[in-house]
Amino acid sequence: MLVKRLRGLLLLPLLLLGGCNLVLLDPSGDVARQQSDIMITTTIIIAIIIVPVLIAIAIVAWRYRASNKRAKYDPEWDHSPQLELLVWSGPLLIIIAVGAISWIGTHVVDPYRSLDRIAPGQPVPADTKPLDVEVVSLRWKWLFLYPQYGIATVNELAAPVDRPIRFKLTSDAMMDSFFVPALAGQIYTMPGMQTVLHGVINKPGEYRGFSANFSGSGFTDMRFKFYGMDKADFDHWVAKVRAAGGDLDLAAYDKLRQPTRAAPVQYFAKFDADLYRRTLNLCIDPGKECKSQMMAADAGHGAAAHAMQDHAGGDSMAMGPDAPQPAAAPAAATH
Amino acid sequence: MLEAMPHRAAIWNFVFGRLTYHSFPFLNPDTEGRILLVTFFVVFIVGLAILGAVTRARKWGYLWREWFTSVDHKKLGIMYMILGTVMLLRGFSDAIMMRAQQAYAFGPHMGYLPPDHYDQIFSAHGSIMIFFVGMTYIVGLMNYVMPLQIGSRDVAFPFLNNLSFWFTFGGAIMFMVSLFLGDFSMAGWLGYPPVSELQQGPGVDYYIWGLQLSGVGTLLTGINFVVTILKMRAPGMTLMKMPVFTWTTLCTSGLIIAIFPVLTATLFLLALDRYVGTHFFTAGFGGNLMMYINLIWVWGHPEVYVLILPLFGVYSEIVPTFSGKPLFAYSSMVYATVAIMILSYLVWLHHFFTMGSGADVNSFFSLTTMMISIPTGVKIFNWLFTMYRGRVRFTVPMLWTMGFLFTFTIGGMTGVMLSVAPADFLLHNSLFLVAHFHNVIIGGVVFGVFAGVNYWFPKAFGFKLDEFWGKATFWFWLVGFWVAFGPLYILGLMGVTRRLSHFDDPSLQIWFVIAAVGAFLIALGILSFIIQIYVSIRRRREYAVGHDPWDGRTLEWSTSSPPPDYNYAFIPIVHARDAWADMKAHGYERPREGFNAIHMPKNTASGVLIGALAFGCAFGLVWYIWWLAVASLVGVIAVAIAHTFNYHRDYHIPEDEVRQSERSGNWQQAQGANA
Amino acid sequence: MSTTAIDAAGTTPPEFYCREEAPPRNGTLLGFWIYLMSDCFIFASLFACNAVLGNQYAGGPTGAEVLDLPGLALNTALLLVSSVVFGFAMLEMARRRKGAMLGWLALAGVLAAAFVGLEIHEFLGMIAEGAGPGRSAFLSSFFTLVATHGLHVTLGVLWLIVLMVQSIRFGLNEDNVRRLRCLSMFWHFLDLVWVGVFSYVYLIGVLR
Repeated sequence: MLVKRLRGLLLLPLLLLGGCNLVLLDPSGDVARQQSDIMITTTIIIAIIIVPVLIAIAIVAWRYRASNKRAKYDPEWDHSPQLELLVWSGPLLIIIAVGAISWIGTHVVDPYRSLDRIAPGQPVPADTKPLDVEVVSLRWKWLFLYPQYGIATVNELAAPVDRPIRFKLTSDAMMDSFFVPALAGQIYTMPGMQTVLHGVINKPGEYRGFSANFSGSGFTDMRFKFYGMDKADFDHWVAKVRAAGGDLDLAAYDKLRQPTRAAPVQYFAKFDADLYRRTLNLCIDPGKECKSQMMAADAGHGAAAHAMQDHAGGDSMAMGPDAPQPAAAPAAATH
Repeated sequence: MLEAMPHRAAIWNFVFGRLTYHSFPFLNPDTEGRILLVTFFVVFIVGLAILGAVTRARKWGYLWREWFTSVDHKKLGIMYMILGTVMLLRGFSDAIMMRAQQAYAFGPHMGYLPPDHYDQIFSAHGSIMIFFVGMTYIVGLMNYVMPLQIGSRDVAFPFLNNLSFWFTFGGAIMFMVSLFLGDFSMAGWLGYPPVSELQQGPGVDYYIWGLQLSGVGTLLTGINFVVTILKMRAPGMTLMKMPVFTWTTLCTSGLIIAIFPVLTATLFLLALDRYVGTHFFTAGFGGNLMMYINLIWVWGHPEVYVLILPLFGVYSEIVPTFSGKPLFAYSSMVYATVAIMILSYLVWLHHFFTMGSGADVNSFFSLTTMMISIPTGVKIFNWLFTMYRGRVRFTVPMLWTMGFLFTFTIGGMTGVMLSVAPADFLLHNSLFLVAHFHNVIIGGVVFGVFAGVNYWFPKAFGFKLDEFWGKATFWFWLVGFWVAFGPLYILGLMGVTRRLSHFDDPSLQIWFVIAAVGAFLIALGILSFIIQIYVSIRRRREYAVGHDPWDGRTLEWSTSSPPPDYNYAFIPIVHARDAWADMKAHGYERPREGFNAIHMPKNTASGVLIGALAFGCAFGLVWYIWWLAVASLVGVIAVAIAHTFNYHRDYHIPEDEVRQSERSGNWQQAQGANA
Repeated sequence: MSTTAIDAAGTTPPEFYCREEAPPRNGTLLGFWIYLMSDCFIFASLFACNAVLGNQYAGGPTGAEVLDLPGLALNTALLLVSSVVFGFAMLEMARRRKGAMLGWLALAGVLAAAFVGLEIHEFLGMIAEGAGPGRSAFLSSFFTLVATHGLHVTLGVLWLIVLMVQSIRFGLNEDNVRRLRCLSMFWHFLDLVWVGVFSYVYLIGVLR
């Protein structure tokens, strides 16, 4: 593949930098890989025009230096239709090429789009169900809920290799950005709203994850480890989390969500089934009306509000998880 | 919502608001307090020394009469440049502190700055560099040069110009006061909620009201410049005969008019959330933080073009002058400028592709963003072809321009990388992004300001700036820039995000150390610049030049250096694009007789007063000293009304005086070393 | 002649400077018009907020419940009539009839002041009902937009008073005429904004 060779070309000078880990140029997850490929391809296309221009600037400036009396001096020459055409069309052509790549790429690796492949030429096997992970960014730690396994972890995330992962993300109070560079591009987490991210990890290993959006004084320590594991190891890991015990009920969650710095890894064998929904709907505190109910009430113009409350299933959990959601969906579907 | 007042007698709360003994952070016994204490003493002693020197020289009256109350665009331009330089020192100290922290805070070493302090520093660094260095510098340059370039005696609203300066100054003082009284915002240079909503204390309020003050100043400046350019051009100067710097001033001012109200509104809403308890950007009660982020970038993205466009104009003046030929493809340049101005409104969402707006929206903004690189690329080509078949003189302004062409072009390339939405999901908020915007802002704006200062300094003061220290400044900055930000590009590709005050991966440290060395080189560059100014003033007789030291092409070079108060004894008539080159080609000789009395605006103290009262109002709001806020606001309105009761705001410079100053001006002297 | 030299083509070089001082061109009206355009952007931002937040009642009262349409009709009438009256004042100014102009101006000012008074009354009523700006995002955006317009009107009234005093004391000199023209633009501009407020914030606010 052309990109692969070009990647090597680009990496070559960077490798001389002393073997530092340029994860963005060589990620281990297919989504990040595609994003990285797009980045490298477009860089090379832009370089087609930038590099000659830089060289031309140097040559022209040197050749027409004042002391070089042999160079032609034409003090009246200030326009040339041909050159102007070139000057406008050159960048235009480059941008058409880069723009096309960006347009297609934006749609192909849209974080809301569920994966149709786990690696180049490897479609998702028919019997594979994506791993669901619900992510809540707290002050200042990450909470991961695994509804399919009933377990929850803090500041540690694991997933089996080659199995698509479907993240649903929200935040307790701040705006963070969930980012595992080796896995897939980042996505914001915002209070009262849900974002979605799809990814897949192709190589077992230990990877860095963190918040990429400043969210206050504990932000700097808001890191976690992400483990790509083969299936057996992952099952093992799940068992380990279960064995560690601990119940993340609402009381424990309330303790967890208090602001702390550099929180340690924590395992929970089970968690309150309503926890994510209530966080998303800003009604984790007992007695607080949920955003979804409120919005349903708003839609019903106040008077009919209470009548509608019972049917207000309209929070985003009810949306089909595979349905492409057009925007950072507010917690409840608006009318 | 307002925070609780300190526990003490109600009368104290009335008088001092929430200001207490604990509001002086330099009295705290921790490291942070000690750093601030030292800073405070240095500022205090330097400030005292300056005040003492002025008093001793008995210059207060002179400063008040000739500068503070002046409505002369040239003096205001110089005052803006001085303010910009002082704020550059402040903003750069923040930068050095960040670099030092990041180079040191690894593993067990937590660095010398706790996160709360570090967060204030990067927030202050960003907002100061944009609002009080970048904006102040470009407004200074435009103020000084544009009226001269269009052959005008002053701007359309000279008093407003003075007022704008004092508003900007008041905003700058707000930021400076926050250093020693209370704290500063920890919410980054754009004050994103929820951080800006939830931070207690006066920090965010300093940020809001400081920016509101300077924003008013900037908006008035924008209106002033547009009217000046549309109404006060010399006869014969059609729009397509204006110098390119004037064109860029027009476009920048147009942008200012369209975007600064959005900033004002956005910060006002944030203030309402903080003071009144409204729910614009809160998480609950239907508020929406995404709206803040959209609104602030509707202002914020065009803002970077507000900053860069005038400097494109500066380069477009310098390249033809030092290539000895007209600018290549003038019309293309103008259309490119206008295209950038229009497109810059349509790209704001590229600052948050990762918010989850969906693929269609992201693709649209990705494309519009890329489209901006087309007119920008055209500009680069035009400068290149201007040098082609020229006689390029590598003076200090031209060196800065060459540095710009290389640095900015590479910055543009990384910019296109970031504009590709899928790639941005990886690069967003990383140090790669930080390196990119410093690449274009330092490589474009800062280099351009230095180029412009070196270029127009002889016009403003009648002597050139020292060449050796000018070159030293340039090389320190150029090399320093790449040493400081090259590593940040690499760190960005290693997936390191911005605004971190502590790291756990020791393999990153070497890059941060290199970056700190680069920042140190830039510090030497700033020092060289100060030495350059100092040396040049000392040797001003040796470096004295005539009216046209560079063999310039535009009108400002046709009057004496420095220009008289009235700029031109006779308003010039323009026949061609490079008006002064055209005049020289026709063997223009300066008129020596037939002078007229010249109509000029009088100086006024209203600007200083209104600025001071507006500062008082902002300060009262920050500290909840309501009586001060209300009294100052009433004062602002009263002074403004009183000002309108003065109907005699202008005077005539008598013919004799004009003749005198025309004959004593240095027009007749040497035509410049390089001519 | 600015220069006696004859250029290469043998033609007389053009004149390069104006021998006489021309009266300065006044850009105040243009400048003020540009200021109004920039003010449009402030209102545009607030309208945008209202568009986004207008249905975020947060379980609180809706537009239909709190917005007072009969009051609105009276308010709108006051402001529109005030604008017409201001137009009469300008006509009198053009005819140099100071007394008549001042009379119309006073009436315009009173009408605008009544508008502000009614608005404050409406606000106080809503706050008393528990529908203050802090109740929901909808009410935040409603209060902010309407109050920003009201603040403009208030400043306009203050400005009107100042100009009336100045006209009385210094007559209809060039400066005062120019200032009155600016205020006239301001007055009509606020009317236009109000048309937007009442149709978008009130009427649509009640409907949705």
